[in-house]
Amino acid sequence: MKEAEQIDAGSEEKILDANQEAKKVDPRRKKRLRTLWIFTLLCVLAIIYGIMAGSVPIPLKDVWGALFSTADTMERQIVWDLRLPRLLTGLLVGACLAVSGALLQGVMRNPLADPGIIGVSAGAGLVAVIMMILFPQYIQFLPLGAFLGSLIAALTIYFVAWDGGVSPLRMILAGVAINSLLGAVMSTIMILYSDRVQAVLPWLVGGLSGRSWPHFQIIWPYAVIGLILSIFAIKQANIMMLGDEVARLVGDKVERSRFILILLATFLAGVAVSVAGLISFVGLVVPHFIRMIVGTDYRYLLPISAIAGAFLVMFADTIARSWFDPIELPVGILLSAIGAPFFLYLLRGGIKGWKTS
Amino acid sequence: MENILKADQLSYRYTDTYCIKDFSISFNKGEKVSIIGPNGSGKSTILRLLTRLLKSETGTVLLEGEKMNQMKEKEIAKKLAMLPQVNNHKLDLTVRDLVTHGRNPYLKWFEEPNAEHQTHIDWALAVTNLTKFQHRPLLALSGGERQRAWIAMAIAQTPQILILDEPTSYLDISHQIEVMELLEDLNRSLGMTIIMVLHDLNQAARYSARLIAMKNGKVVRQGTPSDVFDSDFFREVFAIEATVHLDGDKPIYTPIGLVQRKQKKIGEM
Repeated sequence: MKEAEQIDAGSEEKILDANQEAKKVDPRRKKRLRTLWIFTLLCVLAIIYGIMAGSVPIPLKDVWGALFSTADTMERQIVWDLRLPRLLTGLLVGACLAVSGALLQGVMRNPLADPGIIGVSAGAGLVAVIMMILFPQYIQFLPLGAFLGSLIAALTIYFVAWDGGVSPLRMILAGVAINSLLGAVMSTIMILYSDRVQAVLPWLVGGLSGRSWPHFQIIWPYAVIGLILSIFAIKQANIMMLGDEVARLVGDKVERSRFILILLATFLAGVAVSVAGLISFVGLVVPHFIRMIVGTDYRYLLPISAIAGAFLVMFADTIARSWFDPIELPVGILLSAIGAPFFLYLLRGGIKGWKTS
Repeated sequence: MENILKADQLSYRYTDTYCIKDFSISFNKGEKVSIIGPNGSGKSTILRLLTRLLKSETGTVLLEGEKMNQMKEKEIAKKLAMLPQVNNHKLDLTVRDLVTHGRNPYLKWFEEPNAEHQTHIDWALAVTNLTKFQHRPLLALSGGERQRAWIAMAIAQTPQILILDEPTSYLDISHQIEVMELLEDLNRSLGMTIIMVLHDLNQAARYSARLIAMKNGKVVRQGTPSDVFDSDFFREVFAIEATVHLDGDKPIYTPIGLVQRKQKKIGEM
């Protein structure tokens, strides 16, 4: 019945606008471009707001001066030494996490996939806990350690799931198992050294507190490389969306593509985690939200997610450090606090563009 | 005649009772063949073995005389396209986006389709009568149009062989005929080899030069539709009583009823 109605309604419409349609481009293009510009604008506004807000407020009219005047004012110092590097670090972290999540959701064909599911959080978390609690003398290598931890955990999950190929479902199941194993080890260490846990907690919820130029300098080359590589992954991700069989039939080496995309997603999330700790929800929620607006085409989904992720982390971090004075909340907590209700909203509203089976 | 696709001694095992063993089959260039048989007879499995979606445990598949398992994925995809059974992914794509993926075998990993590829895409859309709908999302199409869109993607690969797994299932009759005539046209005007699994036997007889009938993982009969269709055939393969008559030069069957149980056993021998 329903099918028949659809066909009927469809064919009438078709006769009406068949001729215009032949010349038109994808009708969603306009909406997609508009979304792109809106989030780019929001990003710029988040940077300006991030420069203004804080315990020493800088009025809007002074922002330009603080940024570009040569006079060595206190405002200039605050902006250049504290706020700007932290914003730029947040920008990269947000973009990397969102792109990573978008890639993983595609490659797993699962809307619940995020960098956590492939072990990035658990691997990085375990290494961070070990380094901060057991080897605090090597704390300067924490970003590298966290990055390697996430990479190793993801590869372990990949190879555990391998059975002549890796099906997304096996990968997710293996991820759950390895994640809980790593989590158990991490908890054990934290319980054994409960006196030193204080230092670790902010890192585990994720935050940008005290992040400055050194952190930015650590990650920007890798973040840029990862984000550029992800531009080349767009086509591959779109082919993966067709399903394994169809992808193979059009000549794609599905297993190899999947591995490369997972590796790239891990790399990006690892970069983010290495300086910002375990910020959750950005990788899950941002691509979701963007997908609801622009659809699943990665030519739009990926770049817009990157920009939206950057905006979200910068904006949320500014709120986290300036609205709760004198406390500075870790941005990870705030993002989860926003992310959880939002996620429930997504669940209730249904998720567009995904087959539920 | 030259064999464009030849399978030799293929085996595939789902379970001990349901398996394909030492299966050989060959297809001529420009042929139009339908594989028919009851559910579970292994038709789809054979198509999947022929298109490397399943890996045979033994034997080889030769594509234009070349061993398929030694060919690159993209080289295979340039020559052989397949429409898998019922593509019901709720894909959020426009028709043109879908058809563009058909050019993937000709593109390097970083390449986007250039003007020449666009010509092929335009052609595939025109042949399948979808030019008007090219910017519509797949989800907004009727079942018949959506099926044509998938066929358009397959022929955008400009293959020499097109394999289709039940291309007309779930379509209403006019859309079924539309698909069948499209395939006939591709076969006639381009010499494209068409290999399909069909459930509608009269359709298979009308639109194929050769029928291959399978049962329990084996070919039980093959030949022109008139050679294959007779009362014994329906009794043996489908366990039904049927009369066969001719409409022009094409045979048509009319089912009468199930074969009684005793006779069924004899038929299986």
